[in-house]
Order: sequence, then C-alpha cells, then structure tokens
Amino acid sequence: MAMESAAPSEPFHLSMLFNDTRYRARSIQVIAFILLVLAAAWLVDNTIHNLAALGKNFSFGFLWSTAGYDISPHAIEYSSTSTHARAAIVGLLNTLIVAAMACVTATILGVLAGVLRLSNNWIVARLMTVYVESFRNVPALLWIVVVAAIMSQAMPTPSAFRGDNPTASMILWHSVAVTNRGIYLPVPDFSSSLGQPSSAFGALDLNYAAILGTLALSLLAHRSLVRHTQRIQSASGQRPATWWKSLCVFALPMIALLYALGFHLEYPALKGLNFTGGLLLRNSFIALWIGLSVYSGAFIAENVRSGILAISRGQTEAAHALGLSPGRTMRLVILPQALRIIVPPLISQYLDITKNTSLGLAVGYMDLRSTLGGITINQTGRELEAMLLMMLIYVSISLTISCVMNVYNSRVRLQER
Amino acid sequence: MKMTIAFATIAAATLTAGIASAGTMADVQARGKLNCGVTGGQAGFSAPDASGAWHGMDVDYCRAVAAAVLKDPNAVTFVPTTGQTRFTALASAEIDILSRTTTWTFSRDVDLKFTFAGVNYYDGQAFMVPKSLGAKSAKDLNGATVCIQTGTTTELNLAEYFRKNNMKYDPVPVENNGDVQQKYLAGACDVITSDGSDLASTRSSFKDPQDHIILPEVISKEPLGPLVRQGDDQWADVARWTLNALLAAEELGITSENVEKLSAGTDNPEVNRLLGKEDKLGEMLGLDPAWAKRAIASVGNYGEIFARNVGDKTPIGLARGQNALWTQGGLMYPLPFR
Repeated sequence: MAMESAAPSEPFHLSMLFNDTRYRARSIQVIAFILLVLAAAWLVDNTIHNLAALGKNFSFGFLWSTAGYDISPHAIEYSSTSTHARAAIVGLLNTLIVAAMACVTATILGVLAGVLRLSNNWIVARLMTVYVESFRNVPALLWIVVVAAIMSQAMPTPSAFRGDNPTASMILWHSVAVTNRGIYLPVPDFSSSLGQPSSAFGALDLNYAAILGTLALSLLAHRSLVRHTQRIQSASGQRPATWWKSLCVFALPMIALLYALGFHLEYPALKGLNFTGGLLLRNSFIALWIGLSVYSGAFIAENVRSGILAISRGQTEAAHALGLSPGRTMRLVILPQALRIIVPPLISQYLDITKNTSLGLAVGYMDLRSTLGGITINQTGRELEAMLLMMLIYVSISLTISCVMNVYNSRVRLQER
Repeated sequence: MKMTIAFATIAAATLTAGIASAGTMADVQARGKLNCGVTGGQAGFSAPDASGAWHGMDVDYCRAVAAAVLKDPNAVTFVPTTGQTRFTALASAEIDILSRTTTWTFSRDVDLKFTFAGVNYYDGQAFMVPKSLGAKSAKDLNGATVCIQTGTTTELNLAEYFRKNNMKYDPVPVENNGDVQQKYLAGACDVITSDGSDLASTRSSFKDPQDHIILPEVISKEPLGPLVRQGDDQWADVARWTLNALLAAEELGITSENVEKLSAGTDNPEVNRLLGKEDKLGEMLGLDPAWAKRAIASVGNYGEIFARNVGDKTPIGLARGQNALWTQGGLMYPLPFR
C-alpha cells in the first residue's frame, strides 16, 4: 500500500465521473435528482397545458360561492345558502367526529379482545380468536355495508310506531327509538338555561361550558385527594379507602350544577312523518362507526396480544408471588410495560381509521369526501383543486394524530439512561 | 434550470400537439368504437337486459351516432357512469359522448366546458311516495326523509324548493339509482325525488307499482340531452345533427321500415337532402351521404325510439306530452336540414 501515498496527479476529465469510484456515487445521485426534477416539471407543465386546453384555470375561488345543497348532520350552522368552504368544514367535522368515535370504540374493543384472547377460559379465548380472524380478514367496506343493510332492512320504519296497536315500540323506558333511518336518543335539555351566545362558528352553549368547567375543577380536586392518600400510604403503609371520597368530589358538584340548570331529558316523539326531538344517529353514521370499530378493533386486539406476550412470563409469576390478583397483575404490571410495544402500531391503526372514514361514501355519510370531494366537485367541476385541498386536509389530520400519539409514546416509553 | 424548463416545454409541446391534432371524430373512427357514457341502469333510458345488451332512449341515440359515424350501430362501448363520475369521464376523454339523462344548465354548459347537442327529453323534477304515506301534495312533505341521487341537479332543486316553502327535510344522499330504490322500498326514506321520467321508470320496476304515486308538483325544468366536450365543433355538430335527424325523420314521416324505399328518391326535397339524395350534407359534416339514413334505419325515428323504450305500451308508460313534435303541441322542434 505504499503506492497510495504517491497520489495520482492525473488531471480531472469528464469520464472520471463514471469510471472513478470517488465520483461515481455522487454523479449518479445528481443524475437521479435531475431526472426527478424533470419528471415533476413535466407533470406540472402537462397539467397546466391540459387545463388550458380544456379552457380551465386553477383557482380556489369556487370555495366562496353558494353550495346550494343540504348536509345532514351538520355540527355547525349550515344551510343550502352557505358557501362551499363551509360545506367542506361541515364535512371535515363529520369526518373527525366519526373518526374520533371509532378510534375510542375500536381501542376499547381491541384491548378487551386482545386481553381476553389470552384468557385461561377456553371458550372466551376461542370466541375472541373467531372475532379477530373473521373481522380482520374481510374488507372494512363490507362490514360497513353489512351494518348499513341490517339497519335499513331489518329495523322498523317510523310509521310502525304509530297507531293504537303499533308493531314496534321504543326501548329503554320509552326513551330510545330504533328505526330504519337511525337511532333516536334522548338529549339533555336545561329548563333554566344559561343561554347560547352566538360566535363565528355557531352558537356556543354556556350550559355545556359550565358542565365541562365543573368537571375540570372536580378533576383537580381529585388529583390532590390522590396525592394526599399516597402521602399517607408512603408514611404509614396503610392505604385509606378513597372510593367514596372520589365519588363525592365528582358527583356532588355535578348534581348541584345540573339541579341549578334544571336538567332534564328531551325524548324523541313521533310527530308528522318522523320522530322529532332528541338526537338522531343516522344509519350512515352508525354503519360507518360500528363497521370501522369492529374492523380496526380486530387489528388492535392483535397489537395488544403481541404487546402482552412480549412481556416475559417471569413478570407475571413475580407479581403472583407478591400476592397480586390476576386483574391487578394485568393492570399494574403487564399493561404498563406492554403499552410501550402497543402504542407505535396503534398510531397506524388510528391513521387507518381516520382515512377509512372516506368509505362513508358507500353508505351516504356526508364526510369530507362526500361534501368537498363529491358534491362540490360535481357542482363546480373543480376536480384538481378540490382533490388537492382534500389530500392536504387528510395529510394534516394524519400528521396531527401521529404527532399527538408520538408524544404519548415518548411518555410511556421505557426511560433508558 | 434553463435546460429543465426547455426540456419540459419541448415535452409538453409534443404531448399537447399529439392531443390537439386529432379531433374526437378521427379518434372514434381510428378506434372503430364509440365510447358512450350512460347510466348504470335506468329502465327506458339506458339499462342492460338479462343478456347484457343495452336498451333505452339514451342508448339508441348513441347507436344512431355510431351508425352515422362508424356505419355500425353496434360499434358502441357503453360506459356506465354515476351522477358523480359522468362529467369527469367526459372531460378526461374516457368517453366520447355523454348520453345520460343529463340536464342542460348554464353552469354545465359554460363553467364545466361542455357543449350540449340538444334536448332528447323534456323533463321536470317530481316526488314519489308510497300511497300509504297519505301525502297528496309535495307541500305535505314537511319533516320527511328524502332519498336523492347525489351529484345531480336534483339535490339543488330539492334544497331550493324546501327552503322556498319553509319546510324541513332530512336528505339521504345515495350514489346510484339501484340503492335509491332499495332504500325507498325498505322504508329507509319516505320520499324519493328525481326527474319525472326517472320516477316512472323506477316505479315500473317495482313489484307493485300501483302502491306508489308521483305527486303532482313539478318543481323544476329538466331538459335532458346528450353532451360532448367543448372546443371540438365538428364532433359537436355530428352529435347535434344526428339528434336532429332522428327528430326530423319523425316530422317527415321517415321510419326504420320505409327509410330504404324513401332513400331511393322522393319528391320531397328535404327528405332527399336528409337521406343524402340531394345536396351534400353528409360531406359538410365530414361523413358520407348516407349517414342519416343509417342512423334512422338502425334505431328508427324519435317517435319510434320513444314508443319502443318509454311509451305508453311499455311498462314505464310515459305519454308523449311535452316531448311530442311541435306540430302536435309538443316542444320537439327539429332544426331545418338545408
């Protein structure tokens, strides 16, 4: 290797870019980069030219024209005279509502099924295996359509509740009506209401604000109570019973507040062609919610099971040896450790659920895809703009979820030094 | 960077040149097939039968165009589209012509950049309810659950009508016609609303059509017709004048049966011009003289098409009404062949 010390003083010439290993990797990267830029430029240019050939321009002005169509349900104030932008926001809120609900139920379902699949009870464990295997191996769309079909074909029509001898009746002490249009639930109502001052995004309900405020205060009080008990426990080794104190901290202020507000339930009642009053969970919503929950729940169950199985058997045995009951072993020893393994794949599941809400199109759920990406495109002919906008929104939602879950993940992660 | 821009411009120029050079008619003739956008299934207008062959007024129009341009009424590929996908399919040249009970409106003509060839059915939006609902007028529908095919003018008319009359409703948007029927029959909605002809067609496919009534109110004008992309005038002319040839044939008494005999020459100069015996109308269109003769021979004149697909002898049972010729009190007014 003495040769190497005498560096070749050859002058640089072009062929060295490919023949000389010192330059080759870099020149290949540069060429790949130029090709990529060219491809992108060609795509953009092609789009501009073809739009021009069709006589279309690229503009988001359509968002401020009148939408003209109705959307139900709408979480904020909306009518057919609102703008396309507002219609898109209504659709976005519907997307977020169903995604949040499905994430919560899928997690509950998944954790239950995942834990129970490891149960020592043979029947329970096998039942959960059947659930996981049957639900995760059939496309989500089919489950959504199946739920929608069951709801609209098998449930009674509102007119079946009518007359002296109705063929259908309301359940749960005449408070809930299950019809083929959806489920009508009673809603809370306040006889001495605090009012609803209007804001830019519709009416702000002061009653619910007061309830949330009280709940937050109770939570703070409860935290100091827990801290206090822990101090006693570490000082004396005795853990005082706290359940009735917790109950008081939460229940008493809430009951007082609800009484002051004149809380009562408004029941749905058959009036005219349909039930009125109460809250209507439409078939499309129920189908999407349940379909996505049971489908993603099966995947989450497998995540949970793999997380639990990854914790060594010795941990369980040690916990048992300390005299912890199986329930406490799971809750205090196994799950906290398993969470570290469960959370990262759980993030993907949440992202999946959120993106899969666009399947609501199949059952007529008015989400972002159906409003901005469906009717608005059809009425305005702005496919490119609306699709780009929709992709941008889905990316932002997904990145937000991912960010929040990553923060959570870093908190449950094993602290290594 | 200059290189990049220059390269991109050259690439784009070659590409656009490739698109711009050939008109739709040349494309269709080179392909030997006409791509015609239709509904996924609306009896009387466009629906496949048990053997997969398509039938209906909109289908017959496409066959007439194929007969005129390709000399074969069967050289058509029918592309089922939904209310939502139809305009994208046409704008992206996936189909050459859209013949799908599409309402001619200002924004579609001007803003969406399409050219309508004319009107092949004058329609209006109506409501259908089960008799058992007890509604006698659309004004009785306050609070009703309404199934609508999404992506149509129907949606907008419906919103406007209920707002104008200060009534509430709950819209159930449905992607295609089959689902609308299924939901309605299951009672998941009280009312369906669509063009009157569509409702009659839907009702004819029910097991017991007499249990359903179409309410008297007609809440909109729906001139339905075939359309093509804007900017290709030759192709638009072919579309427009094929439609007019079918209408004129009825006015002039030319039918699929006597067209062969009449094309040998008559003493009516307009018939001679239409069937290619006098003048050179076909050549002006870029076709041969017998284009209209073939169109009429393959599907019959407008009256025959109407009677065969939706007329009162069919299960759909629509009266000619507004769709009669202008000479018989209707709105159908073929433009002069001169």
